[in-house]
Amino acid sequence: MTEGLALIAPWLIAAGVGFFLTGALGLWRFPDAYARLHALTKADNLGLGLLCLGLACQAASLSAALKLLLVWGLVLVASSIGATLIASTALARGLRPVTRRGSRRGARRGARRGSRDS
Amino acid sequence: MPLPLAVMLLLSCAGVGLWRIWRGPSGADRMLGAEQLSTLAIAILLLLGAFLDQPALGDVALLFALLAAVAIATFVTRTWTRLHEAQRRPEEAEGD
Amino acid sequence: MSAFVIGFDLLLGAGLLWLAWQALFHPQPFAAVVHFMAFGLMMALAWVRLEALDIALAEAAIGAGVTGALLLAALGRLPDGPTPRRLLRAWQRPPVALALGSVLLLSLWLVWVAWQLPRPGLAAEVTAALPESGVRHPVTAVLLNLRALDTLLEVAVMLGAVWLVWSLGPELRPYAPVTALPGLPALTRLLHPLFLMVPAYLLWRGSHAPGGAFPAGAVLGAGGILLLLADGVPWMQRPEHQPLLRLLLAAGLVLFLGLALGGLLLTGTFFAIPLAIAGLAILAVEVAIALSIALMLMACYLFGEPGR
Repeated sequence: MTEGLALIAPWLIAAGVGFFLTGALGLWRFPDAYARLHALTKADNLGLGLLCLGLACQAASLSAALKLLLVWGLVLVASSIGATLIASTALARGLRPVTRRGSRRGARRGARRGSRDS
Repeated sequence: MPLPLAVMLLLSCAGVGLWRIWRGPSGADRMLGAEQLSTLAIAILLLLGAFLDQPALGDVALLFALLAAVAIATFVTRTWTRLHEAQRRPEEAEGD
Repeated sequence: MSAFVIGFDLLLGAGLLWLAWQALFHPQPFAAVVHFMAFGLMMALAWVRLEALDIALAEAAIGAGVTGALLLAALGRLPDGPTPRRLLRAWQRPPVALALGSVLLLSLWLVWVAWQLPRPGLAAEVTAALPESGVRHPVTAVLLNLRALDTLLEVAVMLGAVWLVWSLGPELRPYAPVTALPGLPALTRLLHPLFLMVPAYLLWRGSHAPGGAFPAGAVLGAGGILLLLADGVPWMQRPEHQPLLRLLLAAGLVLFLGLALGGLLLTGTFFAIPLAIAGLAILAVEVAIALSIALMLMACYLFGEPGR
């Protein structure tokens, strides 16, 4: 049982880091704040969850493993509710999302600006 | 995956967060950059705690996880309020 | 291993310098504040690398949590947009150059003095005195027994800061958020039990491991600020509760001073705590200080005297 857990732990950690890299890519390249919100709250939290799970497989005691999972739960609560707070406030302030039909010009301008700055 | 490599990859992700905080363009983007940095700091602390065999690092990560919500809640209730609604510059609603 | 550690430290240091520079010189005040918050996060990582876990805990709670929230709330009161760049007039340049030069010389002198300090420090003396202090963690022993006077003065300085903020005028009513935020009370309700449990855990750990009154008070204060954001503590603003609020704000300082004077009466030395009661007395003072620090942070966050 323990050997099996120790065997899958590196894979879980590697998958978690992969999700973090994906989230960073999204934060860098996505066209507007709403899309970047998705990149962060989904990819990064999944990455942290896999990483915590992988480390919990290697943890010395059950209480240490449970503490790792508590950290993940807290980040989930904070970032999921935080995402709704930021998104609804941004929408109420009139920050317009970039849509394919509505403002194609805006989307292309955003993409070009992003590539020039990168 | 060796843990040092994982930590180095996570640090390179933090570079994107730093760039996003600096670049903006809207306040929400800068806050998102800060949120990404705090999630990354939690991940790095947990990995370092396992790598250096210091379980006390988990406590620092726990504090980061607990306090992540405070900055966002302050931002939406105290910074982006009706005062700034009235003074918003027109290009902010237009661009991005 | 060593190449990894050196690379990590170099990247962390470069990131810290970048964040500090941007926090000072970014033209938009909001961006500067977010850079400062990120600086607090990275600084906590740096303290972890320096193996100063107590400071890392305090930096995570105060630098990344409470100070960022205070600055963000203050920004909400200022006009938006970039600050105008002010150029120095001709007569202003010599005094500014003089001030910068003296600061540079002073910091060079400080570095030289720090370099001259005896190398192993006082760790051996602290370890030797540890059995007589009543606790098992050296940092707690130094803060609350061996050099307790410093801690007493720190708490007095914080109380003075609250006094200063309150003397500026009546409490400021916050502006309404731009839209209804039903998530906020839910967030507060979910996190509040943990905001009570984690400080208790840190206080309990403080006697034998990194933790203690300052991080515990800061975390409790951050939880209180979250409650204030959701309008969850109306009693702080009510006029009839003001005497109680002031009593609780001063409780940590008063109990600490009482301990010091009690030591003076019992043993004839200021702050000499008898070993028999040292553990219990330190725990009681730590609980009182943590509560007072939490309330002081919340009191600063009101931006003025409540109930006036």
